[in-house]
Amino acid sequence: MHELAVTEAIVKLVLDTARRERARRVVTVNLRIGEMSDLKAEWIQRYFDHLAVGTIAAGARILVETTVPSFQCDHCGERFSRSLRGVESITCPRCESGSCTLTGGMEYLVENVEIEG
Amino acid sequence: MSGTRIVQIRQEILAENRIEAGAVRERLTRACCHMVNVMASPGAGKTSLIIRTIERLREQFRIAVIEADLDSTVDADKITALGLPAVQLETGGYCHVDARMTNAALEHLDLEKTDLLFLENVGNLICTAQSDTGAHLNVAILSVPEGDDKPLKYPVMFSYADIILLNKSDYLELEEFDLEAFRQRVATLNPAAPVCPLSCRTGRGLDEWVHLLMERIPRGIGAPASERSGNPAPRRLSP
Repeated sequence: MHELAVTEAIVKLVLDTARRERARRVVTVNLRIGEMSDLKAEWIQRYFDHLAVGTIAAGARILVETTVPSFQCDHCGERFSRSLRGVESITCPRCESGSCTLTGGMEYLVENVEIEG
Repeated sequence: MSGTRIVQIRQEILAENRIEAGAVRERLTRACCHMVNVMASPGAGKTSLIIRTIERLREQFRIAVIEADLDSTVDADKITALGLPAVQLETGGYCHVDARMTNAALEHLDLEKTDLLFLENVGNLICTAQSDTGAHLNVAILSVPEGDDKPLKYPVMFSYADIILLNKSDYLELEEFDLEAFRQRVATLNPAAPVCPLSCRTGRGLDEWVHLLMERIPRGIGAPASERSGNPAPRRLSP
């Protein structure tokens, strides 16, 4: 259910854009979402289907590109990306230091929409 | 003619809430009211922390509370029983508070007579951290029985909070909770955030928390005792 508020914002952004572009129909919505957000594409699609009923975005397909969090090692400065799923701790792949800092991977973006007309 | 084309948007999904949250923060700042958003799982100790903090700071500040946690065992009535203004926010189907809901709650408070405003967010470690409420300070509480592995499971919360409190520290000896591992995991996600173990039950660690809080409240906030507010009934509203 965490996806509901986010999906409402997505529908609004998509419809604003589609109307401005005088689209007849929205075919695809491409999102880029950080893995850390824990948003499930399946639920975004379900809420979208529900919220877009009766609009030109009804039936649009939601595609989610998931981005993996990125880190920098506090010791050797190595930059690396690593999924946090099922991970107990983050260690540097180069010097094996356990002292690393999160530098990115929290995106919530509507990248683009594919429209008809 | 038909055919499709791609229109680039590249816009943040939650941008609208962020703008509204900025406006809420500005409004509070203008009224010299400092807002603290308290987030945690159900049962981790949000209400206890707020009550313990009120006990310690009510002589210095005029305090009010927005209650959004419907699972809480102590609701707005209990805050009102302490003699403080409280607003019970019914979040409907939503699992977190956003800036629009904060704005609605503020209509029921006298900001000119409030120095410190606590928001008890809905009990959940996920989306509460994704939505800016307009608060000046974001505090996350984890309780010892929840386990030291939580930062990497709920990384958004632990990277978003300004202060991380570890409540029920009196259970540290009973539970297999690795405090050092917990600190390291938090440091990876959020090196700037202090981690403060405390126990709302025994009172241990509360001084340190109050110190951390006081450091973050701007000078000039707080009013003479003669202007302290009375004991109004809690208001209830839906978003």
